[in-house]
Amino acid sequence: MTTAMTKTAMTIDDARQAIASGKTKATTLAESFYQTIAAEDPKINAWLSLSRERALQQAARVDAMVTRGDALPALAGVPIGIKDVLTMQGAPATAGSKILEGYQPPYDATAVARLESAGAVLLGKLNCDEFAMGSSNENSAYGPVHNPRALDRVPGGSSGGSAAAVAAGMAVATLGTDTGGSIRQPASFCGVVGMLPTYGRISRYGLIAFASSLDRVGPFTHTVRDAATLLGVLAGHDPMDATSSPVPVPDYTADLNKPVKGLRVGVPREYFAEGLDAEVRAAIEKTLDQLRAAGCTLHNISLPHTQYAIPTYYVLATAEASSNLARFDGVRYGYRAPQADSLNAMYRRTRDGGFGAEVKRRILLGTYVLSAGYYDAYYRKAQQVRMLLTRDYLQAFSEVDVLLTPTAPTPAFRLGEKTDDPLAMYLADIYTVTANLAGICGISVPCGISKTGLPIGAQVLGRHFDEATILRVAQAIESA
Amino acid sequence: MNPSHSSDTSKTITLEDVRRVAELASLELTAEEETHMQRDLAAILGQVAQLNQLDTTEIPPMAQVSEILGQHAGAHTQALRADVPRASLERAAALSSAPDTDGIYFKVPKVIER
Repeated sequence: MTTAMTKTAMTIDDARQAIASGKTKATTLAESFYQTIAAEDPKINAWLSLSRERALQQAARVDAMVTRGDALPALAGVPIGIKDVLTMQGAPATAGSKILEGYQPPYDATAVARLESAGAVLLGKLNCDEFAMGSSNENSAYGPVHNPRALDRVPGGSSGGSAAAVAAGMAVATLGTDTGGSIRQPASFCGVVGMLPTYGRISRYGLIAFASSLDRVGPFTHTVRDAATLLGVLAGHDPMDATSSPVPVPDYTADLNKPVKGLRVGVPREYFAEGLDAEVRAAIEKTLDQLRAAGCTLHNISLPHTQYAIPTYYVLATAEASSNLARFDGVRYGYRAPQADSLNAMYRRTRDGGFGAEVKRRILLGTYVLSAGYYDAYYRKAQQVRMLLTRDYLQAFSEVDVLLTPTAPTPAFRLGEKTDDPLAMYLADIYTVTANLAGICGISVPCGISKTGLPIGAQVLGRHFDEATILRVAQAIESA
Repeated sequence: MNPSHSSDTSKTITLEDVRRVAELASLELTAEEETHMQRDLAAILGQVAQLNQLDTTEIPPMAQVSEILGQHAGAHTQALRADVPRASLERAAALSSAPDTDGIYFKVPKVIER
């Protein structure tokens, strides 16, 4: 899929070269993105706050570097947005929740700091489902995000604002987070590239935690090359995150265009079963044909425990969430219910008034599965099935190099279509959750358009720490 | 509820269960919320019950991805940083987003009646 070089599809290289060559100033570019946001966002609602002062100071620093003739860092002057579950000093952090209203975190998340150290201009914070819990961005306390490709449709979730901002040309790239599909599924719905790096690849220091054994930070971009560039900046060990990995970080752009000839592509039959939209199936089959034509070998494989992934995920993710969200109690930051005359009443009323329905549902479910008498039946059982699901992938990756699947069973659905049925909503993540449980990496890349003009994404899954190979396959799909 | 027979996932969720769990989670639900949550939790746990189709007696539980990486990807994890004192947040910064403070401590409603 080729993209015209319009402003709505400005890449990292476009932006960086325009600044390096003196064709534009970083400050001018930042202002032009703020103008686009002012014009476009009233109908999309992707942004929760703009950090204009910090962005323009950073842009001025980049302009001074250009004037002095300094070597420019990888993201010099590139306008980037941040999902509002990552902390950024000087900007509010809401996590899409009323309970964090007014919270101004006093420190930067490591991912945010790394972007700025690489020269990025951080435009502001992006809308998302409350505490990243949702698949449509309709669970935000600050209103839903509209899909820029079709305004009556959801952008996907939970990183809906991050996907929509890139799709609408309101940022060159953005950061999102993915606990069960929250980067890949909105990337698919909005027609952009979204990447889930391996567990431990990118630091989560400064991420407002949802489910710590599953949460990851990753980029949204227009192109696969941009995803590779951002991953190179973001990846690496961080002493502030005990789960971040010391595995060396390669140059992810080096082998992007290396031919994919000879790569073994697995096609898991369980990902093409009942519930898959016919147009999505056709687009993925066309993509498989293109990979075959490029010299990949295709292999039908089985991931036999796939049907158990969603229930396993909803036990483990909610259990971890019930523990992580215990910290929101009206004492140290954010909202506090007024006129409570005892500490316990204050806790309960703050949490009841501050959390939305889906967050309460997940806290209750997570508390239930961890409670005395149910722990073994639900939580331990789900951990055992998590092992089986992970072994499915490890077995597959002993036979093939990558897996190719749809990212989501359908294109973007309509706003309001699934809000009354949590189980139907959870199925939007049916092809994405298992990668989170297993810790492997994945990427969603645009591979087609439905008859009604809705984007369709292909998901490439790869071995732990083998981002280079999935990027290479995604590049082949993008170039086909 | 009998803790020694913990494999029973067939029973449905009662309103009483919802209230008990809400109390454990420090949530104060309205009557309407209790009813909705009872319906939703019953539906979700109904789906979760299909995990019982699998015999997992010999399968070790997986809590963290690092357990797998240690075995399969040759990746080692050096979990903890060196235990040396470092500067922490300034008190003013730590208190700056709190709903109520006296400038030194976070303030909360009375905990103990005198």
